[in-house]
Amino acid sequence: MPGPTRGFLGRRRSAGDPRLPPGQYDAGSDWPVLTAEPTPRITPETWSITVDGAVENPTTWTWDEAHALPGAEYNGDIHCVTTWSKFDTHFAGVSVDSLLEVARPKPEGRFVMETAKTGYTTNLPIEDVTGGKAWLVWEFDGKPLAVEHGGPVRMLVPHLYFWKSTKWISRITVMERDQPGFWEQNGYHDRGDPWKQQRYQGDL
Amino acid sequence: MTADPGPDSGATGVTAGGGAPAGGWTTATVSGVRRPIARSVELRLDVHDRVDHLPGQHYVVRLTAEDGYTAQRSYSVASPPGDPLVELFVERLDDGEVSTYLADVVEPGDELEVRGPIGGWFVWDGETPALLVGGGSGVVPLVAMVRHARDIGRLDLLRVAVSARTLAALPYADELAEAGAQIVLTREPRGIRPASRLTGMDLFPLVEPGQTAFVCGSTGFATAATQLLVELGVPTTAIRVEQFGPSALELPKR
Repeated sequence: MPGPTRGFLGRRRSAGDPRLPPGQYDAGSDWPVLTAEPTPRITPETWSITVDGAVENPTTWTWDEAHALPGAEYNGDIHCVTTWSKFDTHFAGVSVDSLLEVARPKPEGRFVMETAKTGYTTNLPIEDVTGGKAWLVWEFDGKPLAVEHGGPVRMLVPHLYFWKSTKWISRITVMERDQPGFWEQNGYHDRGDPWKQQRYQGDL
Repeated sequence: MTADPGPDSGATGVTAGGGAPAGGWTTATVSGVRRPIARSVELRLDVHDRVDHLPGQHYVVRLTAEDGYTAQRSYSVASPPGDPLVELFVERLDDGEVSTYLADVVEPGDELEVRGPIGGWFVWDGETPALLVGGGSGVVPLVAMVRHARDIGRLDLLRVAVSARTLAALPYADELAEAGAQIVLTREPRGIRPASRLTGMDLFPLVEPGQTAFVCGSTGFATAATQLLVELGVPTTAIRVEQFGPSALELPKR
């Protein structure tokens, strides 16, 4: 660790708040928007989600079909690599487990690639989106998810930095071999665990 | 990308920047501190073991308090790759923690922990036509592109439109004007142009086939500017956006 920065006192430390990963600050009621592409206009009528790749039963769900799956909620915190964290968020949608139950990943399918309608991609080990750890969400705080936050439907993988939670999600591809997604090809860490500060390539 | 993105995956313009340099944590000695604009600061940094950046990349600055507490933020680089120093432009946010320190406390000779360059998407390669659209401090990465173009004698590749409340509030206003930027002011007239937001009429003369558009500014500005570009026929796959600040929902409605 380097020595202290001359004259820096620090103001925002949330003394010992166990919910705040290292290097993060509490964004409070703010929810910053960081996007690399133009915001697309997608209506519920034109949205669909496809699970394909190394699965027994590639499947596409429309808006109504996805809403007919068992509902699921996430209540908890989210963390962005740009150092804001947001506590006590409430999202509603469907568990990714419900989709994979239908699509049935093959045993050799060990990774997934999330793809957005815009072409944005991000890769994950399949363990990071199974076992109640990932959701497709269409509601935030009881209201439809705003388009700048990825509405009508985004991925939610809250235990990892938020670039793993693809906005405007349209496809989840199960893969046998890992491939880097958009930010992963552009200098960011392959996994992105906030508690380990896995921000950029080369972080342990 | 997946082997077969399929018809539903939309644009595939989102691909790797490829080959964008990325540096690790290092120390920088503050060489110069200027405040040409109210509520902001230009820092000139001598970065130890520096990795040359591409125009559009950013650096992370990490501050450490006596008790080990740290805070870090990203700032766009304003200097071109050919500049021996790395120049960061920092807008001072009143409720900021890092920006207030950089704007109010830092002096030449101080050492800062920095990491960079970072980012492989919002970068201009210096070889292909580009349309640069920036609002407020969002002009900073575009300034790096303009300076680089000037250095290599390729200003002809760039078309530039920038917006600010007033000319005095526009970072690097003189350089941008000299480079032929269309300057739009929202709170004061400029020549015969009355105060107004950026419009399609401002951008229309600058749009050419084959350009990559780089849009940088607040969420509200970036959303509006990309919408204008799309309406002018710029393919969404040719638009790269860097935006900051709260979501549009929390901004005053227009």
